[in-house]
Amino acid sequence: MAVETTSAKVKWGLLDALVVVFALIPVLWIVSLSFKTAATLTDGNFIPREWTWDNYKLIFQTDQFVRALVNSIGIALISTVIAVVLGTMAAYAISRLDFPGKKALVGVSLLIAMFPQVSLVSPLFNIERNLGIFDTWLGLILPYITFALPLAIYTLSAFFKQIPWDLEKAAKMDGATQGEAFRKVIAPLAAPGVFTTAILVFIFCWNDFLFAISLTSTEQSRTVPVALSFFTGASQFEDPTGAISAAAVVITIPIILFVLFFQRRIVAGLTSGAVKG
Amino acid sequence: MTVVSRQKAASPEAAVPSRRAGLSEGKKQERRLGWLLCAPAALVMVAVTAYPILYSIWLSLQRYDLKFPENREFIGLANYATVLTNNYWWTAFGVTMLITVISVAVELVLGMGLALIMHRTIIGRGLVRTSALIPYGIVTVVAAFSWRYAWTPGTGYLANLFSPEGAPLTERASALAIIIFAEIWKTTPFMALLLMAGLALVPDDLLKAASMDGASWWQRFTKVMLPVMKPAILVALLFRTLDAFRIFDNIYVLSAGANETSSVSMIAYNNLMKGLNLGIGSTMSVLIFLTVAIIAFIFVKLFGTAAPGSDDVDGRR
Repeated sequence: MAVETTSAKVKWGLLDALVVVFALIPVLWIVSLSFKTAATLTDGNFIPREWTWDNYKLIFQTDQFVRALVNSIGIALISTVIAVVLGTMAAYAISRLDFPGKKALVGVSLLIAMFPQVSLVSPLFNIERNLGIFDTWLGLILPYITFALPLAIYTLSAFFKQIPWDLEKAAKMDGATQGEAFRKVIAPLAAPGVFTTAILVFIFCWNDFLFAISLTSTEQSRTVPVALSFFTGASQFEDPTGAISAAAVVITIPIILFVLFFQRRIVAGLTSGAVKG
Repeated sequence: MTVVSRQKAASPEAAVPSRRAGLSEGKKQERRLGWLLCAPAALVMVAVTAYPILYSIWLSLQRYDLKFPENREFIGLANYATVLTNNYWWTAFGVTMLITVISVAVELVLGMGLALIMHRTIIGRGLVRTSALIPYGIVTVVAAFSWRYAWTPGTGYLANLFSPEGAPLTERASALAIIIFAEIWKTTPFMALLLMAGLALVPDDLLKAASMDGASWWQRFTKVMLPVMKPAILVALLFRTLDAFRIFDNIYVLSAGANETSSVSMIAYNNLMKGLNLGIGSTMSVLIFLTVAIIAFIFVKLFGTAAPGSDDVDGRR
């Protein structure tokens, strides 16, 4: 690499700072709004003149938000667990076993990764109404698993490529069946990749808005992104800006934590599945 | 395809005792395990997408308004004629195309810059990567509300700064510009990460050699880096183009589709939720699906994009 001169450091430092500022400003702005008092909410100042926790107290007193938060967490967690388990099984088979129909499966998941989700909204709306799972957790978990699976399968296949598979052979020579070799030798080695995939899948489910707003109709299964958009004009809030901002900050916290603690893993997960030489 | 292989999965099991096929016992066991492990994922994916899309085609051939369910009737392609001769559809189609083309083009340039910064910066690499992941991870609706309040007259710092008199989100051109900007902010990091994967494949030796031969920075970028990165660039473009085409969340929050800023996803949604017209809504679903299929086809044919992950899957060793 080039000699690390001071001027090069300054140049990179400035570029870095630009990226950081650009990425953070909208987040800081919504945080700032959430701490403003009702009186100063519309003053247009980037930094609050008066700070208050009132907006947070307000939303945690409403069923509208608390129920949505429970729904969001529950639906995202269940979908993540199921998608990662099914994805792990499929990715193991795809990266390790030889069987007819493998290409078809990869093709199908690729198609689904590119699938316009809105195309499913009308038919799913009607199918779920007929099956009686419209406006239930299950009604959202099913499409979430479906669209998370391609992501899970690609990311996991890429991770599974890096595992030293000779260990599996060794285990089989020692008398373990393929199934046992998978459970006892490979699964522990694959755990970091599985964990990373789980984070990516969780972020996907946590983020969804289209399915959540189309396939729910009451607080019973509404997730936070949808609840947020319904705060507008709700009678108990005179001006929903502060409440929406506070709720927005609350659902951003898990994302910030993931990014802070697992930055390396997320970057590895997103880049590994994308391109292979 | 997948359903067929699932049915096949049952037959080798029955054939095992006879041992007549040329396959060894281990081979058969491997096949069976492969099918067994893939079946649940394949089943869910097919059940939740293939069946509804077929159902959607069926619905699109009917007059089916939930407000008048008794008028349900098979009407052939009449819904397609209705949608394809409708100005709202074409306006939304144009808006979606505009947003897709501009945001993907800008993202490619910014994403390349960000990828270079994340890949090559000599200080604060972790910090830059962490910050860049925030737009990627943040809930789109949250980011959209942040931009909406920023551009709300009185409340927002950007509105007060750039247009103290107007209300930018209520005028078509400025609303579209803000929507595109919000989209770019949110998805540039994803583009950059995909490009960074390609950047990692550029051999340092090659760059050094080019540098010694007197190649300028720009020459090294266009003659050495870009050719190596071509597959990564095409994959990133394909993914982002199809993703941008489905834009919904940002528009829903930022302008609610007012002043002709609706995307095709927005009008399909509105047709279902506000119009309760399943026939027309399904027709739009099918048309959007076809458009996406055509875009993907053009990409693959024109640029010869290898299916992402295909090389992953073929090379089994």
